[in-house]
Amino acid sequence: MGKQYETVIGLEVHVELATKTKIFCGCSTEFGGAPNTHACPVCTGMPGALPVLNRQVVEYALAVGLATNCAVNQYCKFDRKNYFYPDNPQNYQISQLYLPICHDGWIEIETAAGKKKVGIHEIHMEEDAGKLIHDEWEDCSLVDYNRSGVPLIEIVSEPDMRSAGEVIAYLEKLRLIIQYLGASDCRLQEGSMRADVNLSVREAGAKEFGTRTEMKNLNSFKAISRAIEGERIRQIERIEEGRKVIQETRRWDDNKEASYAMRSKEDAQDYRYFPDPDLMPVVISDEWIARVKARQPELRTEKLARYQSEYRLPQYDAEILTASKHLADIFEETVALCGRPKEVSNWLMTDAMRLLKEHGQEPEELGFAPQNLAKLVELVEQNVINRTVARGVFEAVFTENVDPLQYVEEKGLKVVSDEGQLRQVVEGILRENPQSVADYKAGKQKAMGFIVGQAMRAMKGKADPALVNALVKEMLLL
Amino acid sequence: MDILEMSAVELGRKIKAREIGALEAAEAALAQIRALEPVLNCYVAVDEEGARRQAAEVQKKIDGGMQCGPLAGVPMAVKDNMCLEGMPATCSSKILENFVPPYTAEAVKKLVEGGAVVLGKTNMDEFAMGSTTETSAFGVTKNPWDPERVPGGSSGGSCAAVAANECFYALGSDTGGSIRQPSSFCGVAGIKPTYGTVSRYGLIAYGSSLDQIGPIARSVGDCAAVLEEIAFHDAKDSTSVRRRDCDFTSALVDDVKGMRIGIPQDYLGEGLDDEVRSAVLAAAKALEEKGAVVEEFGLSLVEYAIPAYYVIASAEASSNLSRFDGVKYGYRAKGYEGLHGMYKKSRSEGFGEEVKRRIMLGSFVLSSGYYDAYYLKALRTKALVKQAFDKAFAGYDVILGPAAPSTAPRLGELLSDPLKMYLGDIYTIAANLAGLPAMSVPCGRDSKGLPIGLQLIGDCFKEKNIIRAGYAYECTRNYEMPGLAKRQAAEPGRWEVR
Repeated sequence: MGKQYETVIGLEVHVELATKTKIFCGCSTEFGGAPNTHACPVCTGMPGALPVLNRQVVEYALAVGLATNCAVNQYCKFDRKNYFYPDNPQNYQISQLYLPICHDGWIEIETAAGKKKVGIHEIHMEEDAGKLIHDEWEDCSLVDYNRSGVPLIEIVSEPDMRSAGEVIAYLEKLRLIIQYLGASDCRLQEGSMRADVNLSVREAGAKEFGTRTEMKNLNSFKAISRAIEGERIRQIERIEEGRKVIQETRRWDDNKEASYAMRSKEDAQDYRYFPDPDLMPVVISDEWIARVKARQPELRTEKLARYQSEYRLPQYDAEILTASKHLADIFEETVALCGRPKEVSNWLMTDAMRLLKEHGQEPEELGFAPQNLAKLVELVEQNVINRTVARGVFEAVFTENVDPLQYVEEKGLKVVSDEGQLRQVVEGILRENPQSVADYKAGKQKAMGFIVGQAMRAMKGKADPALVNALVKEMLLL
Repeated sequence: MDILEMSAVELGRKIKAREIGALEAAEAALAQIRALEPVLNCYVAVDEEGARRQAAEVQKKIDGGMQCGPLAGVPMAVKDNMCLEGMPATCSSKILENFVPPYTAEAVKKLVEGGAVVLGKTNMDEFAMGSTTETSAFGVTKNPWDPERVPGGSSGGSCAAVAANECFYALGSDTGGSIRQPSSFCGVAGIKPTYGTVSRYGLIAYGSSLDQIGPIARSVGDCAAVLEEIAFHDAKDSTSVRRRDCDFTSALVDDVKGMRIGIPQDYLGEGLDDEVRSAVLAAAKALEEKGAVVEEFGLSLVEYAIPAYYVIASAEASSNLSRFDGVKYGYRAKGYEGLHGMYKKSRSEGFGEEVKRRIMLGSFVLSSGYYDAYYLKALRTKALVKQAFDKAFAGYDVILGPAAPSTAPRLGELLSDPLKMYLGDIYTIAANLAGLPAMSVPCGRDSKGLPIGLQLIGDCFKEKNIIRAGYAYECTRNYEMPGLAKRQAAEPGRWEVR
């Protein structure tokens, strides 16, 4: 390839909102549940049923819009998107086309190349569809409407991104903002955050955009990165071969690391959008915007600064802790109980992160109570257990959310500081290891460490390390 | 006086006073239904058992001295596009033939809670699309004044049932005149309230921004009493309005002194039957004699109302009716191939011609490239029509005119000429576009003996003005009943016309 190409990427991100009930009826949004148990005449499209907008959906959409520097359409409307498919019980989806709730915003991302703003074209509210289940055994298709009517927002970016790195940085930033707002848990794997990638390439320096394709079915950051790379190469190859890129929707198969054409622009459906006459326009007052703004929780950037100033944490610690709203919440609640922010931070950054990795979990899945971590910190502080034992106790807190004090008592893990008992143990070790004693006396400092280690092991790690150290030193000198 | 000839309010009073039993009233209506249905076909379903059960329950309440509504125990009928739990709701369409809703429309629920005895569901044009009740999949309803003629539509079954004393009042729905035009053809009174006054929850939608449920009865007084029961703010309908002025019966006052009544010249011009014109002008004269100030004026844009209406109603219908696909309920064709084959065959076989025509028309005006030229333009026209009425109501309390250009045509006459049928809505649809309350009141008969309807249109939320004018006019004449509406119970199936 002689020519240099630039990749141009825009994203359409669907986020499932964390409301308790659906967007247009009172059914629960809870995940799971037997098929069609979270369904009613409204979300199953029964004749004569009518939608009523869930106010909380507007609040969340507004909160996300304000946090992403969007302008608000204070008079916005819902439109019907008409298409036939069995997961769509009314055969139209209630969405927003003509007057979406938010538009023209931006967020700042940071990559190795530095900081950059990515524009947000619009944010609109809409309803999710049900789920089709193909029963191969019976050779029939069944529909589960539990998801039908679950509220979504779609965040459409400007085509401002130029690499997979920028896309991931954008998605991570967006995810953090939304999680911090409590508007969604944003889990890609479970589908509560879904991203479609619009991508085109053009010769470096060109003014016009190339023809773009849209890629769907991307359910992890890794898949997104791979899909972007795969599609970039595919488009460049076509251009180099003198062929044209066709405007089409493609489905990414992450196992095969290849994408397949789903439908071209020519097959694109005419959705016959028009304003939904069953819903009134949503009028958002200045006061409402002010209220949502006032309720806006501290976002990551502010938290990052505060952790360094208020808790005196190094920037590195602050970044790791605030990378997950849930982790940050646990940190703050624990510190509120036991103080010692650096100590709490160490537990979370090292032991918690290591265990998460071992269990293949995300920080959002941390399930222990801050009270228990606080107790653990206190037990160490008061020298009830030593650090070695404490790591084992933390693991029990992490996996089973145990009460550390009770656990330590039940397992007999308290520090042994009985000098008489320890003196006996050290005496025994010295007797069994005359060579080490001789080495030490010959000037090999290392030999002392060995003896201390042996003594700790004999005490199953529960001995007070300072006391053991002192005793070994004293007795070696005898 | 024969029970059957009593007004709904009067019967309600007698039932409450325990002069007439609720069961006795129900049996009288059921006997009339048995006698006349073979000729008229007003109902798509009659629930004799259910009616008796409800009557017995109401009677028990009354005997026990419990609080009951003014219409408790009065037998009534519901247009078949309103859901009633456990009873089929077909919209007179094959596609909903087997659909039994698990819920009751809010307006019907209000009446049932007040002790209404539901006799059954009445016939209509399929999905309320039509002006003759001939597009029903379950046979044509005949006009009680002349079974060779149509009852009008789409609430033809409800209006004919009221006229034939097969019920004491009925609910209808009005999207472009579907209460007023058949009321006019059948010689009964019917009100389309201000948009948002009666909940649409449970009303199977045709044109959502235009649809409104309303009462049909033999007098303005009965209509006002029924409307008072069904008007309320419903949180389940986002277009429902919170009103504090729903004491409609308080407007039943025979006094129109000083009331300003305007007659649009546009409603008296070409296309209007001479006999209808004279009857309407005579009614205006009668109101003038009672002290109203009557004058003619020019209401612009009337000629644009019909195209705007058919674009908007069809557009909404094309989307509203897409849920009838054979997937979840209703008719599913046999012998199809694949998903789209199932959709296509079920909908092709399940919908009638007129419905398919409007779905296609509506899909076309919403399609990309035509949206602005048709749909948006129609919405702008709708706004202009509203403005024209706002201007008119600055000068008048009530707008008076005919409800339809002619009296009831013969069966089949309009069905063969859809365009002529669409033009028949010329006087009624503007009220739907502007969301205004409007009613039809009988104002005499033509030389063929067929009833003529007087239309009274009020400003938004001013039902009381038209109720007052309608009532005052009604006080100048006696209610006329078709010959076959006289009690027929002696020998079922035997009947006489006039």
